Amino acid sequence: MTRFETAFAKGPALVCFITGGDGDTAANLDALVAGGADVIELGMPFTDPMADGPAIQEANLRSLAKGTTTADIFRLASDFRSRHPNVPLVLMGYANPMTVRGPEWFARECAKAGVDGVICVDIPSEEDASLGPALRAQGVSLIRLATPTTDANRLPKVLEGSSGFLYYVSVAGITGMQQAAQGAIEEAVARLKASADIPIAVGFGVRTPDQAAAIARVADGVVVGSAFVDIIKQHGDAAPAALQDYTAALAQAVHAAR
Amino acid sequence: MTAQPPVNSLRSYPDATGHFGQFGGRYVAETLMPLILDLEKEYRAAKQDPAFQAQFDDLLKTFVGRPSPLYPAPRITEHFRGLAPEGKGPKIYFKREDLNHTGAHKINNCVGQILLAIRMGKTRIIAETGAGQHGVATATVAARFGLPCTIFMGAKDVERQAPNVFRMKLLGAEVRPVTSGAETLKDAMNEALRHWVANVHDTFYIIGTAAGPHPYPELVRDFQSVIGNETREQMLEAEGRLPDMLVAAVGGGSNAIGMFHPFLDDPDVVMVGIEAGGHGIESGQHAASLTGGRPGILHGNKTYLLQDDDGQITEAHSISAGLDYPGLGPEHSWLHETGRVRYVPITDNQALEAFQLCCALEGIIPALESAHALAALPQLTAELDKERILVVNVSGRGDKDIFTVAEALGVKL
Repeated sequence: MTRFETAFAKGPALVCFITGGDGDTAANLDALVAGGADVIELGMPFTDPMADGPAIQEANLRSLAKGTTTADIFRLASDFRSRHPNVPLVLMGYANPMTVRGPEWFARECAKAGVDGVICVDIPSEEDASLGPALRAQGVSLIRLATPTTDANRLPKVLEGSSGFLYYVSVAGITGMQQAAQGAIEEAVARLKASADIPIAVGFGVRTPDQAAAIARVADGVVVGSAFVDIIKQHGDAAPAALQDYTAALAQAVHAAR
Repeated sequence: MTAQPPVNSLRSYPDATGHFGQFGGRYVAETLMPLILDLEKEYRAAKQDPAFQAQFDDLLKTFVGRPSPLYPAPRITEHFRGLAPEGKGPKIYFKREDLNHTGAHKINNCVGQILLAIRMGKTRIIAETGAGQHGVATATVAARFGLPCTIFMGAKDVERQAPNVFRMKLLGAEVRPVTSGAETLKDAMNEALRHWVANVHDTFYIIGTAAGPHPYPELVRDFQSVIGNETREQMLEAEGRLPDMLVAAVGGGSNAIGMFHPFLDDPDVVMVGIEAGGHGIESGQHAASLTGGRPGILHGNKTYLLQDDDGQITEAHSISAGLDYPGLGPEHSWLHETGRVRYVPITDNQALEAFQLCCALEGIIPALESAHALAALPQLTAELDKERILVVNVSGRGDKDIFTVAEALGVKL
């Protein structure tokens, strides 16, 4: 079984996102795991995070202002892998930093660092050749996004060549803003499950344990990002303790649906 | 817009997937993909629809004031003939896009896109703008058709371009200052994309240059090709032959591609695109993506970009706000790599000099963007025989730039 399969086999999983290089990332990642995170998404900072709301935009810029490089992100990833051999690790980011040295280089580095999957916001299935084949050749999952605008005609294209899990972006919008109505999420997840044989994780605008619990009752995973990024901004070096507490509350809510 | 070009033509790109060689494409978030595909379908249908074409042509004539003149510039011609080596110094023409309604070529594209928006049943318009020219052109067509319009503009640009901000407001547009990133054009485009993702159901994004996800580079080029098509016709009428060289400034590259595209299959027509060299390529402070950048992916397309080793986008610099962007349209990247078009950087100072020369010799105040194209004349006229013909695309008028120029020349207004 892959790390993803193991993580999702236990029932609804809590997927936690933070931006690499924003705060003490190694300590923050450990706090997420200690709090009960089942899957980690590590954001690769980019100067132009077009799909992100203010919280994650600022985290990207804070990280870059500190001089975070792609090499730093892979170092964080491979150190994480040494400390946590069983927790799935996903790199999330934008096309240009991922492909600037060629997709093969990026895929090899992912494999070497023990990265399980990659989410690239601005490479839809139409441009798969720019990243997908290189990742699959290295056994790294390409995790695609489905959205409220992904209709039944498109869904098979989105699923083709993707693995690990499907990330359902529950609102047409950017990260960290409003949450979708629960009814709409339930309807969408049911539709996706009918076509997908990989787990469905739901994200965008999910902040509270109550929201997470409601989603966990229907989906295979719940993704939380901006809420953690806000905690890191607010607490700085003291963030790990606050992150662990918040993760624990979310994890309890999500896992209760198991 | 013209009839389908022959197979193997340089004018038959992009391919079916929206690529110009390795460039172009549709690098957007999944939320936007269905809309982008829809836009392509609708554009194909519009292109085949004589009624759409007729309405576009009519608006260009009665609202924009086309055709714009092809003007033989006698004193500029004499000036450079005097400086050139014996027997050199071509006859110089200006394509007068500066005489269009709103003062630049931008309006051609805006007219085309708002007709598409209406055809698609969209009820709101958004756009990004740097100096404000595209914002004003968009606000203009939105007012003409009675659609609400929001313009995203970097907060720094809002401050620097107060007259254009006021124009947009007079035209009924909401101007939304963007405070993320460096607060300039690139950030305005990021914010417009963010807004679009959240409002795809009713909103049409009028992109200002021949860049962005497919089909934008193609449709903007097609709408701007009126520049080159008219030039061809007017030149045949005036001289009985095609020009030998075309020169146009390249920021995003819409005025240049509009001028060049109808001539791509004429091997004897040489084309030169002028990039903004800022303080000089070696200074690192410039906006010359082809001369000083590398291929990468940003804002929906693969193209040459100013970036560091990790693919982080670096800030562009140019005295001309309209050229101040760290990328350019994908078709230019492809024409650069195939060698069909030559690209040359021009510094801020060279552009300022050409700006003043054009005012003094021809009685035409050119936009700083167009002054970049004019600034290549010393170099290009020295290469070309006296019997040759060179056309400069004067893409816009310089009224908007007088404050910038005054400041650069140390004049207090």
